[in-house]
Amino acid sequence: MADHPLPSSRVADVRSSTLVGVLIGIAIMAAVDEIVFHQLLAWHHFYDRSTPSVALLSDGLLHAAEVIALVGGFFWFADLRRRGALSSRLAWGGFLLGAGGFQLFDGLVDHKVLRLHQIRYGVHLVPYDVVWNVAGAVLLLAGVAVLWSARSRRLGGGPR
Amino acid sequence: MTVAVPPAMVAVPLAHAGHGAGGPTWLPLFPVALLAGGYLLAAVSDPRGWDHRRTAAWLVGCALLAVAVGPLAQAPGDPRGHMAQHLLLGMLAPLGLVLGAPVTLLLHVAPAPVRRLVGRLLRARPLHLLAHPVTAALLTTGGLALVLLTPLYAAAERQPVLHHAVHLHYLAAGYLFAWSLAGPDPAPRRPGLAVRVGALLVAAAGHAVLSKYLYAQAETLPPGLTDRDPEAFRSAAQLMYYGGDVAELLLAVALFATWYHRPHPRSSALIKKFASAKDGSLTETS
Repeated sequence: MADHPLPSSRVADVRSSTLVGVLIGIAIMAAVDEIVFHQLLAWHHFYDRSTPSVALLSDGLLHAAEVIALVGGFFWFADLRRRGALSSRLAWGGFLLGAGGFQLFDGLVDHKVLRLHQIRYGVHLVPYDVVWNVAGAVLLLAGVAVLWSARSRRLGGGPR
Repeated sequence: MTVAVPPAMVAVPLAHAGHGAGGPTWLPLFPVALLAGGYLLAAVSDPRGWDHRRTAAWLVGCALLAVAVGPLAQAPGDPRGHMAQHLLLGMLAPLGLVLGAPVTLLLHVAPAPVRRLVGRLLRARPLHLLAHPVTAALLTTGGLALVLLTPLYAAAERQPVLHHAVHLHYLAAGYLFAWSLAGPDPAPRRPGLAVRVGALLVAAAGHAVLSKYLYAQAETLPPGLTDRDPEAFRSAAQLMYYGGDVAELLLAVALFATWYHRPHPRSSALIKKFASAKDGSLTETS
């Protein structure tokens, strides 16, 4: 390790820094989805008559996991920071990757493939779906770009 | 449970007759006052000095208990009042009490024979089984499901003794669960972080699913009630859902805080050693 040129005097934990970003990104996006679309806009309903019990179960698990991921993610983040093992670039890249990935997954798998629920009811859906999924894809790609540049910086700032 | 029967309730004497025949209204407050007073006495007489934050947590727990058994018990027929009571008794008050670390305080101030007894009790195998996060999750969320999905709820409405027993169960199971996950009190053989997070996840998900199910089935659940107001049960179910979220959030914070403050993070020590060695080499080369 000693002959590796490191970007700073700290020893950043690459894997943990990225993963903690992904975890917080997923949790934040899930929380935004829940708070903004379920509660503030009330586009989704608290409960649909048509909601099958499997969806009820998966919804409950997802909801519980979101709170735990958010709290656990921030404690993990604080722990990495305290140990000086955090690379904030990698964490930001992971955050964007996680947020965009979750939104895209929600938009494609939950809304379209599994048809658990839709973004909004009683409206023409296509523009909503396009905005939702494009926004997710943009976040995802931004995350990939940030991670890419952070990684190539770490590898000695070589060819790029 | 109470003698105070609002005029509206007199119109339906059948369902709430049990409440009217109960003992004095403020009687349940005495044990709460005893808990708070006993703890304060012990904390003051602790020779090593007792952390004020622990005292504050315990007193908050006691205050929540007092709200649950005092003012909230005044409206016996309202499902929303019931639900608030259950949230306080089974989820929020236990967390405050657990964070007060009463067993540690007892070990500080009690005479040697009592300390030995507590130590033996803490090493007992049945206790390890009972205090396992999975058992505790089953007891708290499973117990709640048992009450709300079976005629037990209706029976407890009629019989004050059963009513009190159900409330005691909520409190005991909630305390056990919070202790098994995040209690500062000694807990031999407490499982690792993954098991505890998993138990919290399952319990919280079960709670969320149960409350949505109750919301959906408000016309028929809880079964066996003679008069019901589905709208009130629906808003009680929503209160259960969001109240459960708050409790889950607080429990998760307490749980991860114990991890964050773990005694000797091995990797942290390693990193420090490594970092200082590297600093040394840097000063050498530059």
